[in-house]
Amino acid sequence: MTEKKTMATIYIMGKAYKVPSTLTIMKAIEYAGYRFIRGCGCRGGFCGACTTFYRVKNDYKLNVDLACQKIIEDGMYIVQLPFIPAEKPIWDLNKMKPTTDEVISVFPEITRCLSCNVCTAACPQDIEVMRAIQALRRGDLEKTVDLTFDCIACGACSIRCPAEITHYQVFQLARRAYGKYVMPKAKHVEERIKEIESGKFDEEIQRLMETSVDNLKGIYEKREIEPE
Amino acid sequence: MSKLKIVRGYPEYMRESIEAVEKTREKRLKETFPLMSLEERDEILRKFHPDYKEEAKRPVKVGPNKGDLMPHEVADLLEAHPLIKPKDVDLSKVDFNVDILIIGGGGAGMTAALWANYSGVDAENILIVQKLRLGDSNSIMSQGGIQAADKPNDSPVLHYLDVMGGGHFTNDQKLARRLVLDASLIIKWHEELGVMYDRESDDTMVTIHGGGTCRKRMHSARDYTGLEIVRNLKDEVLNKNIPILEFTSAVELLTDEHKQIAGAVLYNMETQEYYVAKAKSTILTTGGFGRLHIQEFPTTNHYGATADGIVLAYRVGAKLRDLEAVQYHPTGVAYPEQIVGLLVTEKVRGLGAQPVNRNGEQFVYPREPRDVEASAIIRECYERNNGVETPTGMKGVWLDSPMIDILHGEGTIAKKLPAMLRQYKRFDIDMTQDPILVFPTLHFQNGGVIINENAETTVQGLFAAGEITGGTHGKNRLMGNSILDYSVFGRIAGITAAKHAKNAKIGKLTLDHVTRYEKMLKEAGIETDRNAPILLPEYRGEKVLSRALDIF
Repeated sequence: MTEKKTMATIYIMGKAYKVPSTLTIMKAIEYAGYRFIRGCGCRGGFCGACTTFYRVKNDYKLNVDLACQKIIEDGMYIVQLPFIPAEKPIWDLNKMKPTTDEVISVFPEITRCLSCNVCTAACPQDIEVMRAIQALRRGDLEKTVDLTFDCIACGACSIRCPAEITHYQVFQLARRAYGKYVMPKAKHVEERIKEIESGKFDEEIQRLMETSVDNLKGIYEKREIEPE
Repeated sequence: MSKLKIVRGYPEYMRESIEAVEKTREKRLKETFPLMSLEERDEILRKFHPDYKEEAKRPVKVGPNKGDLMPHEVADLLEAHPLIKPKDVDLSKVDFNVDILIIGGGGAGMTAALWANYSGVDAENILIVQKLRLGDSNSIMSQGGIQAADKPNDSPVLHYLDVMGGGHFTNDQKLARRLVLDASLIIKWHEELGVMYDRESDDTMVTIHGGGTCRKRMHSARDYTGLEIVRNLKDEVLNKNIPILEFTSAVELLTDEHKQIAGAVLYNMETQEYYVAKAKSTILTTGGFGRLHIQEFPTTNHYGATADGIVLAYRVGAKLRDLEAVQYHPTGVAYPEQIVGLLVTEKVRGLGAQPVNRNGEQFVYPREPRDVEASAIIRECYERNNGVETPTGMKGVWLDSPMIDILHGEGTIAKKLPAMLRQYKRFDIDMTQDPILVFPTLHFQNGGVIINENAETTVQGLFAAGEITGGTHGKNRLMGNSILDYSVFGRIAGITAAKHAKNAKIGKLTLDHVTRYEKMLKEAGIETDRNAPILLPEYRGEKVLSRALDIF
């Protein structure tokens, strides 16, 4: 059932290499002989380190994707953008309110949004980036947070944005403010902490620590499993 | 050979087996395969778990754990020459002089930095050294969740039992106790940072089962739990102005004439310069060894998981434990080839998906502890020959993901497993309609540097937290206890290191231990051109292609 290896030509910053056609961009770059220091992180689509811009032959369109998740195409021109040139503004959440006005005061440039939607088109996570920015402008913090939860901060949107917004930073502040102030604190967590601090479980754990391994095995096997 | 015909993401020949899975689905929705007894667990592990393959290990020839069995890949690193010679580095020129040096900027390192800062160490007296970018780590990839026994029907006592049973009663009991007793305060701290754990319609945390849990205590944030926690930690570290050196590795620890740890020699990976960092307390939070590809297994781990910290700690005499205990996550991607070895979160089983063989039959309880579950999948594929072969010659079993939406309502996968759904969609596989093919993948370093309840190693001035450490999980970690581990012991390491730094006095910096180690290697008759730590894995050329797994 083994399939024969077919090869494809890719252009890494303009330089041609022949590589197996089924590889991801990341593996193709390595196959070509490069060793990553930057531009490679989790290799699983979670960290946003391997943002890569590319064009394919006979197409004017500029594309962007994660090198670790995108399969190469024959005739692909690629360049990585492992860092988005932007300073992270410093904020003290303890002194902020969870309002969209507060977020806008840190990032006033979001009011320059042209609704061109290029950010959305650029997002490898298929996040509705422009809608999330517009929701902020409308005062809907919750919508912004919900739409952007899957953001991995690769920054592709921010490189393409004509209004020069650094969306991933805006969304990070929005989510933290929402998580800290709007989401309810779990009372059962609070109560359990009090019980633990009062030493409620100490004796029982101590007993388990002191009993023989055979006894412990017995207790373990007899423990009740909570049904689905 | 002609190109394989692909039907909705899968080679056409796999469709027959998928139909078999569909046929048995309705019946399986009503029945779950029984749990194994402890004896059955023991037997399947001995027969099928890769750790029990004698030829995969050897006794290490030098150092504090001389004679202990370790995987060849780990022994190779311990029996390797240091990257630097003492004469290469001018120790009289100190580039960084700090109270606390933190080596490794993942979950444990950032947690330690924040708690050292909360404990009164000024930000500018802390330094985080990170080989990739801040936050690039296994921590950010963790999908499923974090365990904390905070529901009324649960207790830290039950969590303790699960931790011990999962580790086959080989755990360091004091570490296991600390883990379960500090779990709730970590959840609370995360809430205060702004971590958005999933809630029911009120303030109650959504919690589900994981492998080996007796209560539903897995807290998650969709299936981006690691990402959500790490980005909060990272943002907070940056807001506190804690100094960070990215793309910089530690290549050797430093000691003073009293043999206490006194910082590290750092290496700027981009400019290839060395720096001397002097510190009163040094914390190792370098993570695990997935990228060593033990026994040629693919891995879920991030690019930098090359066991550097283990090598550094061992050279200065820190004792290690349980390094022969490798965690193979039961469900790594077996198809498509491009993402082989990546994680299929345990949350998929937590939400009800069953592992089934090529005939659509269940063969194991869906949530045994990880090593047991992985062994059952290996047995099904290789002894019973009931696996599905992929075009690259790998074998795997189905994880019947469409069950999730049937059990919990349409849209559950989209809502609770967006990362998984997205990952498969990229390869035209719709996991809400079709099952996904899985096989065990190298996931976690169960053992590591020995620490006590205060995150102190066996060497003065050296602390450690997270995956680099051993003991907490014994020989097998349960799902949801790794985020908890790095949070609990990262916090403790930060607090202890801050306390230690107040009174520590560092004398004259030396690299004498490097000379001693070289002498030990020579006396043990080790002749090699290997150097360690390796800092990054080697994937250039053919090495990047899928690994041919030789299981039996």
